[in-house]
Amino acid sequence: MKTIQNGIINENPVFVLLLGLCSTLAITTRFENAYVMGICVTVVLIVSNFIISCIHKLIPTSVKTPVYIIIIATLVTILELLLQYYAKDIYDVFGIYLPLIVVNCIILGRALAVASKQNIWKSTLDGIGIGIGYTLALMAVATVREVLGNNTITFMDSLSTLTGYRSMYRVFPENNFIPMQFLVSPAGAFLVVGILMAIFNAIRRGGKHESN
Amino acid sequence: MNLISLFMMSFLTENIVLTKFLGICPFVGTSSKEKSAVGMGLAVTLVVTISAILTYLLYYYILVPTHTEYLKTLSFVLVVACMVQMMEMLIKKNNPKLYKNLGIYLPLITTNCAVLGILLLNISNGYSFLEMLVYSIGSSLGFTLVIYIFSTIRENLARRNIPYCFKGYPIALITASIMALLFARYVGI
Repeated sequence: MKTIQNGIINENPVFVLLLGLCSTLAITTRFENAYVMGICVTVVLIVSNFIISCIHKLIPTSVKTPVYIIIIATLVTILELLLQYYAKDIYDVFGIYLPLIVVNCIILGRALAVASKQNIWKSTLDGIGIGIGYTLALMAVATVREVLGNNTITFMDSLSTLTGYRSMYRVFPENNFIPMQFLVSPAGAFLVVGILMAIFNAIRRGGKHESN
Repeated sequence: MNLISLFMMSFLTENIVLTKFLGICPFVGTSSKEKSAVGMGLAVTLVVTISAILTYLLYYYILVPTHTEYLKTLSFVLVVACMVQMMEMLIKKNNPKLYKNLGIYLPLITTNCAVLGILLLNISNGYSFLEMLVYSIGSSLGFTLVIYIFSTIRENLARRNIPYCFKGYPIALITASIMALLFARYVGI
């Protein structure tokens, strides 16, 4: 339990460790994309942490990184094929950001820092914690960007071909809210993540800021 | 598409860092010093250019004829990793001074999403060989330009008094946001 909590708060991959920012910034234009990407990364992270912690004793240290990258790339390719078959719409939305999960620093970073040192159970738990932390961070960023930038919130749209159910809501009444379209643009992504990170820092450190 | 406008597009208006968010980790992480930013940028340019040619040939002459396009992620990552390893050994042997300057950045390039991103974009945009070459060089030079500008700003920011919760990464990202706004205005050159 503590490992999971650690992944969400103290070592939140996006706001604290600053890993995997590419996808955080790129695909958080809609709430739906955020949680689907979050789930994809979480699955890859858990499985790769599990596999690597199983076999890390067999791998010579000098070829550690390439072997890990190949394991991760294989998992991502499997995921890519699955999404392409079952959820073509979301696959098209993600574009190159789906294969880029391979070089998402979170996964390799955790493989090197945790999975190659801890036992199987601990590193799997760590994968779950970091994955949830990443998903929550993506959802937070996407909520701000979609609600303020587009005045909608999309729970299910591209996935509707898979689930047969669509849900998309307008948040504020249309005639007294002008969406800030700037937030959906790339510049808005940087701004929202920057500000959320500052807020997260302020909350996490609480009153301890005097010490720095 | 006209090659010059393709170059300008990849260099400025559709800069990979500021519009496609590729290579953010080195952008925020290592670009706090001017010199290291330039070193990193040039190392990336070199790796991208060579591996773009290799992966292009690999994709169109091996993967497509054998109907194994789905292996592109895996094989491209391998090409990049090998390239980086080879460059590291070559530079170390032939030019120890350059190695000393670039050394620490070279292994980082493997996990730089800008590199893999450019290679994948070359394929998904369906470029011809020449366009691919121009696009790869333009984008990686764009990356160099942006991390250089950013590092000079960062050096300046380090001396300012910033509210504690904005210190470090948050203010860097907000700076990047303003830069992205400025770069988006280059449309039309």
